[in-house]
This record gives sequence, structure tokens and C-alpha cells, in this order.
Amino acid sequence: MSQPETVKLINAFGSPFGHRAEAALCVKGVPYELILEDLGSKSELLLKHNPVHKFVPVLLHGDRAVAESIVIIEYIDEAFEGPPLLPADPHGRAEARFWAQFIDHKFSRPFWLSFWMEDGPRKEAFVKEAKENLALLEGQIKGRRFFGGDDIGLVDIAAGGLARWVGVFEEVAGVRVMSDEEFPDLCQWAERYVSHESVNKCLPSRGELVALYSSWKEMYMQVAKVKFSS
Amino acid sequence: MAGAEDLKLLGMWASPFVLRAKLALSLKGLNYEYVEEDLKNKSELLLKSNPVHNKVPVLIHNGKPVCESTVIVQYIDEAFAGTGLSLLPSDPYERALARFWAAYIDDKLLPSWTKTSRGSTEEERAEGKEQSAVAVENLEGALRECSKGKPFFGGDNPGYVDVILGGLLGWVRASEELYGINPFDPAKTPLLAAWAERFGALEAVDPVIPEVNKLVEVAKMMQAKLAAEAAGASN
Repeated sequence: MSQPETVKLINAFGSPFGHRAEAALCVKGVPYELILEDLGSKSELLLKHNPVHKFVPVLLHGDRAVAESIVIIEYIDEAFEGPPLLPADPHGRAEARFWAQFIDHKFSRPFWLSFWMEDGPRKEAFVKEAKENLALLEGQIKGRRFFGGDDIGLVDIAAGGLARWVGVFEEVAGVRVMSDEEFPDLCQWAERYVSHESVNKCLPSRGELVALYSSWKEMYMQVAKVKFSS
Repeated sequence: MAGAEDLKLLGMWASPFVLRAKLALSLKGLNYEYVEEDLKNKSELLLKSNPVHNKVPVLIHNGKPVCESTVIVQYIDEAFAGTGLSLLPSDPYERALARFWAAYIDDKLLPSWTKTSRGSTEEERAEGKEQSAVAVENLEGALRECSKGKPFFGGDNPGYVDVILGGLLGWVRASEELYGINPFDPAKTPLLAAWAERFGALEAVDPVIPEVNKLVEVAKMMQAKLAAEAAGASN
């Protein structure tokens, strides 16, 4: 019997997108080697294996490279044995993919960047939109332990950033977006997600992330200024 | 008909996203009821079936809705796995590549085309043109990589990426008449140009693609409307 091929994950510390890939590997029970990138100075390895986007995460499985966090989650589900990350029935899978895509589009880079915008009507509009989208997720999680049902699945992992990073960004930027008064079920889900034994293993602590994003605050505010200007 | 599946597609004739669903259904040889929606006066069924986005396409299978074109195409492939062509390959890595390129088409290619034609400033449109050039170049490489010398992204037969990109064919064809641009220029992207001809000529594809002159008519009406609004706004 041949040796299982090595699995490596190129990630950057503190990336909510990179976390998705790590969480999927941990939930599925796949051993992996973590390679942490310095995004200020991207390695040859990253540039070679994700020439199109040059972003983390990138999963390396033997000689195969898989990029795009949601694509990586489905790859991990299909290429390795372990608890399923998607339901078996086609309609359940379609539902999961729909919500993963919703989260991926609505809580993408602009969402994260908007925390660093200058106060004003544009920022208020972003916060309003974010809350509308969170309300849809609140509706989805009501009455469920996880979006995936009894255990973590594709949608939970796609939403992982909301479970840990939103609180961090709120603290560092001083903006409240996901309060437990407005989103009680979603906040309870967030607690369950971060405490899950598989997620806990690979999740940076809130303290570490607060320190990291505090150090990046000025830079992000500049980036947000440029991106959301005019 | 005994055992007939109840398949209904809510759509709009000019939508490239709806075309993706039609292409998948056609390639798999599936019968379905098509319902043309008036997007200015959306039906109860559409609003009820897609409460999050209120958009077409929506596939309703035995009463259960599926939304989002890429999700619908994968659903059709999985729910009707025994019927007709398999749109996604069976190997997990090849599936990941197909999904990667499908995401690229929606996240990079389409927005760059929209920017080129509908950017509000000269600068924005020029930026769109640059981004489009990069995007089609990458797709040309993707076609080379995925097809491995065979006719389609899916290999010998059309697959997922062919359908996702194929949804855009109506507008690709209309683009030449509207803007004097062929997005799949045979001089710059020969593989894509040949693919567009080949895919477009398939028996299961050709009758499904909206007529180019109708698309041109719709686009010209939209352009006139936007110009009138802009003129009105600047007064």
C-alpha cells in the first residue's frame, strides 16, 4: 500500500480565508504541514502554486495545488476520508453551496475592509448592509446546532470568519456589527463553532488576533481610504 | 408520463445565468417547463422560491427550489447523475480545477467585462479593458490546461466550465456588433475563439442560445435609457 501523499497548507497568520482551509482539514481529520506566508513578501512557493490570484490559502496535496478557500473545502471533503462536510442528498448540497456562496460574496474583502472606513454615511451604509446579511444567517441558524446540522459543515466553515474575526475587528475598529442582542442565535452558533474541538485546534486566539490587527490598524485605514474614496 | 420528474425553470430570455441552467438541462437531455419572468413584475413563485435574492434563474425540482446558476448546474449534474453527460469530472482534483475556473469567470472575467462596457468614466472603462485582457489570457491558459488538447474544458465532451462560460456566449456574439470587440479574439486567444465556435455549434447548445439581433436590440434600448437618465441627471 502506497504512502499517503503529503498535505501542506500555505496560509498567512490571522487570515479568515486561510482559516477556512485549516478548519476543513481539522474537521476532516487530515494531518497537514502549515506553511505561514508573510504577505508583505510572498514566497516563490505561493507565487508558483497560485499564479492567478497570488492569495492564501493554497492547499498542496502531493503535486496538486488547490486555490480559493471554498473550492479547497469541497476538495478536502471529496479527496479525503472523514466526516462529510456536505450532506449526501443533492438538494441539501445545493442549499449548502448556496449559503457558502452567499457568505463568500457578502462577507468578502470589502466587508472586512469596511470596518476601517472613516465614520460617516458610507460606513453606516456598509454596517446597515452587513446587518441585513447577518439577519439572513440568523434566520438560517435558528433551531440548528450548526448550519451543517448536528455537526460542522461547509457553511459553518465558510462562516468561520464571523465566529472569531468579527469580534476582533469590532474591538480594534470600535464598530459594533454583530451584537448578541440583535443576533442571539448567530452569536450562540459562534460560541459553539469556536469551542468545537476540531476548530479550536487551528483557530488563533482572540487575543493574538486583536494584537495583530491593532498593529495593522493604520495600514488598513489607509487601504480603506483609498478603496472607498469618491 | 410515469416517473416524470417535475422540473421547472424560472428565467429571463436574455440572462446569461439562466442560459447556463438551460445549457445544463439541454446537455443532459432533460425535459422541463420554462417560465419567462417579467423582471419588472416578478411572480409570486419567483419571490417565494428565491427570497434571498429575488433573481433568476431558479430551478424548481419536485417543488423544491435551487438558486444561483453555478449551484443549479451542479445540482442538475448530481440529481440526474445517471442521465446524459456528466458535467463535473469524477476526480476530486479535476473537480476542484473546474470549480476554480467557474469562480474565476464570475469573480474576475464578468466584472471586468461589465466595467469595460458600463464603467461610468473613461478611466474605469480603460481599466476594465486591461482587466478583461488579463482575464481572457488566464482563461486561454485554463482551456489549454483543462482540455489537454481535446475540444472542451471538460475534455472530449462539454463539462461544467464549458456550461459556465457558455452561458456568456450570446453576449459574446452580441459584443462584436455592439462594441466592435470580440472578447475571444482569435489572434490573442485562439483556443477560446475555436472553443466558442465549437461549443456554440453543438446540437444541444445552438438552439438554446438567444438570438444575437434580439440581444443587440435589448442592449441598445438599455444604452438609450441610461443615456437619457444621465442627460436628465446632469440638468
